Amino acid sequence: MSSVLLARWQFGITTIYHFLFVPLTIGLAFLLAVMQTIYYRTGNPQYRRMTKFWGKLFLINFALGVVTGIVQEFQFGMNWSTYSRFVGDIFGAPLAIEGLLAFFLESVFIGLWIFGWDRLSPKVHLLSIWMVALGTSISAFWILAAGSFMQNPVGYTLNSTTGRAELDSFGAVLTNVSLWAHFPHTLSASLTTSAALLVAVSAWHLLRNRDEDFFVTSARFGMTFLLIGALAVAFTGHTMGQVMTDVQPMKMASAEALWETEQPAGFSLFAIGDIENGRNHVNIQVPKVLSLLAANNLSAEVKGINPLQAEMEAKYGPGNYIPNVGLIYWTFRIMVGAGFAMIGLALYGLYLIRKKKLMKFAWYHKIALWALALPFIANATGWVMTEMGRQPFVVYGLLKTDDAASVAVSSGEVLTTLIGFTLLYGVLAFADFYLMAKYAKAGPDPDMDEAQIAASMAY
Amino acid sequence: MDIWNLNTLWFALIAVLWVGYFFLEGFDFGVGMLLPFVSDDDLDRRVVINTIGPVWDGNEVWLLVAGGATFAAFPEWYATLFSGFYLPLFLILIALIIRGVAFEFRSKEDSARWRATWDWAIVIGSFLPALLWGVAFANILRGVPIEMVNGYHEYTGGFWNLLNPYALVGGLASLSLFLLHGALFLSLKTEGTVKDRVDALIRRLAWPAVGLVLAFMVWTYVDLGEGLIPGLLPLLAVVGLVAIPYLALAKKNGWAFMATGGAIALIVATLFIILYPNVLPSSVDAAASLDVYNAASTNLTLKVMTVVAVIFTPLVLVYQSWTYWVFRKRIGRETLSPASH
Repeated sequence: MSSVLLARWQFGITTIYHFLFVPLTIGLAFLLAVMQTIYYRTGNPQYRRMTKFWGKLFLINFALGVVTGIVQEFQFGMNWSTYSRFVGDIFGAPLAIEGLLAFFLESVFIGLWIFGWDRLSPKVHLLSIWMVALGTSISAFWILAAGSFMQNPVGYTLNSTTGRAELDSFGAVLTNVSLWAHFPHTLSASLTTSAALLVAVSAWHLLRNRDEDFFVTSARFGMTFLLIGALAVAFTGHTMGQVMTDVQPMKMASAEALWETEQPAGFSLFAIGDIENGRNHVNIQVPKVLSLLAANNLSAEVKGINPLQAEMEAKYGPGNYIPNVGLIYWTFRIMVGAGFAMIGLALYGLYLIRKKKLMKFAWYHKIALWALALPFIANATGWVMTEMGRQPFVVYGLLKTDDAASVAVSSGEVLTTLIGFTLLYGVLAFADFYLMAKYAKAGPDPDMDEAQIAASMAY
Repeated sequence: MDIWNLNTLWFALIAVLWVGYFFLEGFDFGVGMLLPFVSDDDLDRRVVINTIGPVWDGNEVWLLVAGGATFAAFPEWYATLFSGFYLPLFLILIALIIRGVAFEFRSKEDSARWRATWDWAIVIGSFLPALLWGVAFANILRGVPIEMVNGYHEYTGGFWNLLNPYALVGGLASLSLFLLHGALFLSLKTEGTVKDRVDALIRRLAWPAVGLVLAFMVWTYVDLGEGLIPGLLPLLAVVGLVAIPYLALAKKNGWAFMATGGAIALIVATLFIILYPNVLPSSVDAAASLDVYNAASTNLTLKVMTVVAVIFTPLVLVYQSWTYWVFRKRIGRETLSPASH
């Protein structure tokens, strides 16, 4: 395998692995802050127990998100130094700002929250978890600000002497339409992921009739935020689709396996493609729906892959500008399908609670338990679609992935680190899953006072 | 030479970030490496780990911000250095990963084997970066093979070139300084048997550790041709270093800790001053050296970064210092198992 391909595998594996933990961190930090606020306001000890129980799961997950984040920051320079030189003037600043504004906030206040139960006043301790939640969301904003430049470069000029992209307007970088589509979508996906954890773990206990009060409260809490989160994911995803149609029509066409331009365009339900000949063997469509998704208009034109390829060749020179259509098509469908399944799960669960029938439907709990895989699948497929749909470019329209890797790093070195990281990630995933399952199954401790919680939270 | 420009300011700020990182994570590394040597049983080990429990994560952020600031202010430096030092950085990353996860995971399971495994992750994960950061900085200081390849400054030296004798002494120097720094931190943060063991260890460690650091400093001055009359900062560092064994012997561990911290700050500052205006000198082609100008971002980017840094850095310093105040109490066996006595 070429050095670039190995580096891409390493980047992909690290990023997807990192993003197994990050959405849970972002979402759970917020849910914990809400739980602890309810406890602070009402004094209801149930919410203190909830904060502690879900807090432990949060911390197990948090550790892996933090340490894989270090790799994320380093690997741009390590594996993609040509890329780093090209975009550093624009891409570096949001990354540095993320560290200064977000990483300090979350890392310092997580320490205060874990160890400060009996050393801080209840108000300041509550403030700590809010600071953690704020830090994780600020972090998402700045890394997406950097990433959005790769999806839709704005606010730059190309310097012909240095051959790099240079900052022209920081305001433009921060008002990038891609950023404002990605950011709310990522936050709502994070909320969904964490809410699904609450629902699934609660379901496991309710199936066994354990600690019913605690887990019905948790399940209702989780379902409420699951519904809010999953609906927000759908709406923000719709915005993303429209932005994508504007800035990367090729990604949209690939996501639909739409080879030729259609007006109005149908939404594909199932297609078997003939990639080599640029057409589909089978394509079952719902008429006009793609026009609606892409442009909020039932009769809009949506451009197809073949004409876009011709357009891009005229613009960027000869080459293949078609991403992996099969992959983009199916990741898109899996993501959207998982999203809608979660909306259904939350709605039905809330209905059962309202009718006071939650305990009578064991099959619902079984589904809810397995549904925990849905947000993780949706997060991973969403990223794969977004990043691979941008290919062959690493910075859209400006720099190709093949030209972006480090010259100083040999393919043997990349292979070494690829194997090293992958093995380590595997072992740590196993340990993480073991601990998550162990603490999730153990259920909440009896109610404790702050000093006891502090002792049980310490390392 | 005009030093009143944003390039020099950002070079200085990056130096400050490394000072902060080595001062703070320096003692984390020391504590981590000492873990098996100052503890008799699991409760002792938990005492040791909990001295840095609330703060290690915030300390590590200094590294992330130093890395991010380098990327933002000097993309060429970041790109050439990080791709050039590929395998050492990989080892540092592996170390930081297992160490960070170990802190969170080790006490969440009762099995002795589980805990012993993660304890070793803490020891190795602290040892490797403590050694390798010194190796890396010694190499940066002395210069590495950088050549122009397709118009870019590329490292062409390979992995083994980084393990030269001077760099290895640099590694031993950072290792011993962090070990001593961490031991003094432990002595200030613990009570009871752990503290007794740490204090005994400090008395034995102090001179050899200080000796290794001094050896690196002398080599640096001789090798880099800065003359035998060093500047004020390294002289102060030497005074601080030599004072440590005496202070420790006089049981003034608070002052000794300030002395190791001061030495770290002064040595890092000295290294950066020697380096300036270069950021990554080439040992084979002076014209291929990277400096604060040819490695830098545009003035606009530096301006944006300056505004952000001026507003938020003081805020970070305030709340991070405050955590040390909140967790100022010493930790003993009773702190962690209040019911056992």
